[in-house]
Amino acid sequence: MYEGIVQELIDEFGRLPGIGPKSAQRIAFHILQTESHDTTRLAELLTIVREKVRFCEICGNVTEHETCSICRDPRRSQATICVVEEAKDVVAIERTREFRGLYHVLGGAISPIDGVGPDDLRIRQLMQRLADGTVTEVIIATDPNLEGEATATYLSRLLHQPGLTVSRLASGLPVGGDLEYADEVTLGRAFEGRRLVEN
Amino acid sequence: MIVSHLSLTDFRNYERADVALEPGPNLFVGSNGQGKTNLVEALGYLSTLGSHRVSSDQALIRQHQASAIIRARLEHGERGVLVEVQLNRSGANRAQVNRSAIKPRELPRYFSSVLFAPEDLALVRGEPGGRRRFLDELLVLLSPRLAGILADYDRVVRQRNTLLKSARSAGVKGSQLSTLEVWDERLIELGSQIVEARTALVSRLEPEVARAYESIAGGEHSAALENRLSVLSHSDAEEDAGDEPGLTGVVTAADAASAFRQSLERLRRTELDRAVTLVGPHRDDVVLRLNGMPARGFASHGESWSFALALKLASVAELRRDTTTGDPVLILDDVFAELDAARRERLAEAVASVEQVLITAAVHDDVPEALRANTVRISRGRIFEDRDERA
Repeated sequence: MYEGIVQELIDEFGRLPGIGPKSAQRIAFHILQTESHDTTRLAELLTIVREKVRFCEICGNVTEHETCSICRDPRRSQATICVVEEAKDVVAIERTREFRGLYHVLGGAISPIDGVGPDDLRIRQLMQRLADGTVTEVIIATDPNLEGEATATYLSRLLHQPGLTVSRLASGLPVGGDLEYADEVTLGRAFEGRRLVEN
Repeated sequence: MIVSHLSLTDFRNYERADVALEPGPNLFVGSNGQGKTNLVEALGYLSTLGSHRVSSDQALIRQHQASAIIRARLEHGERGVLVEVQLNRSGANRAQVNRSAIKPRELPRYFSSVLFAPEDLALVRGEPGGRRRFLDELLVLLSPRLAGILADYDRVVRQRNTLLKSARSAGVKGSQLSTLEVWDERLIELGSQIVEARTALVSRLEPEVARAYESIAGGEHSAALENRLSVLSHSDAEEDAGDEPGLTGVVTAADAASAFRQSLERLRRTELDRAVTLVGPHRDDVVLRLNGMPARGFASHGESWSFALALKLASVAELRRDTTTGDPVLILDDVFAELDAARRERLAEAVASVEQVLITAAVHDDVPEALRANTVRISRGRIFEDRDERA
């Protein structure tokens, strides 16, 4: 245990995701040893980030404005919505540069153990966006784990309506990898999801 | 396959141990508490990534040491393979095959063993959970894909139970029930695959168990296995379904799924009251019958031992049939002391055809002559090899 404020700082860092007590200690001492203007900048950012950044009123993505840059972009297709769990999933899909539609960030996945039910997710907002019929396709891109799958099942039931195509991202082998290095579960899933070769 | 050399560093009570092993029977003799079981426990670890005695790896590392190393030279027919695992007190364990790093969970691909230890008596006398674990471990060895399904199923049960609990405390609300259906669907999908896999395994295992029991106990006894499936049960799905007749034969995933769905509907109200998932593979059992009577409760001590042993011998037979790397190594930890002279002799005959058998015993004379060819004496964490008859 360190004295007073140093220990408090370590404890606070330790509360962050992915940071254990040792890393927390290392970060705290790093801050004590660096130039003061660097830490001042960091402190400023921490204060303003909560004030400035909010969630897009349409899709729930992070933004500094009322709506995010994707929702404001007129070049993007208004007919397709890709549903993801977190804002960081939007960034991941954007990196592919393949998807030109809009997003909807749920803010998590259904998981009773973590106390998350459908009312805690932005599902009502999604239904509102679909009400006027502009959107004709919904792509469900929740994580390929149990909770993500459960959320996808729940959504697909809810979205069962005429004129709306609902699809789910495929799961299986990573591209560019070797088949021999795939684990049994992934490879097993890829077998289940195999498709006919067109000729 | 066989283990031709085992070496341990800072494992349990061994500071360092090196022991050469022969094909066929190998006997480890020593007084109680000298480290016989530790030796075979180390080999068991390589094939199951766990100990049959403790749930944490910490206990396997010698006191005041940071890590333990298990190293085994294996022979898959002509091919030699060196497998190593380092158990670390802090940080992740590390594994190597032929000096190149692999993930520890890939170790069982290179080495398989079947271990029979006194703890396995619980297979016959204990709770259904032990029997389910026995089946599931064997299933994963035969079909690794099932590891994911079993883990997912457990998680669905936990999620669903939590949901039932919160629905109970909040009063039944519409939206919560709609997510219950989502979990039901997953529960049924995963659960019915487990039911199919387990019933298929039981029906393949049954003739092997009967044969193995007969070979240990003699021809006048008949051992049989029956599935007791909670999704097919009509009593109120308590763990102990009394003497409802069990069932033999394979239940397909489709049949299991429709029975599962009906049971969930029937029990919906009870489940909401009690806030637990009352049916599914996590409530199933396999009933062991000896001469028509349930072994649990009717079998004598010696008979229970023989039955548990028969289950293990049957899994050796099943793994042999399916393997590409040769027989699993059979490990018999402290078995012979519990059997009468006739059963000892028959057991020795029954295991004679297995490529390699490792046996531990406190008393040399408890083990039949035929299994004593390679005897290793163990005393206070040290190993003395002598090819002499008498240890």
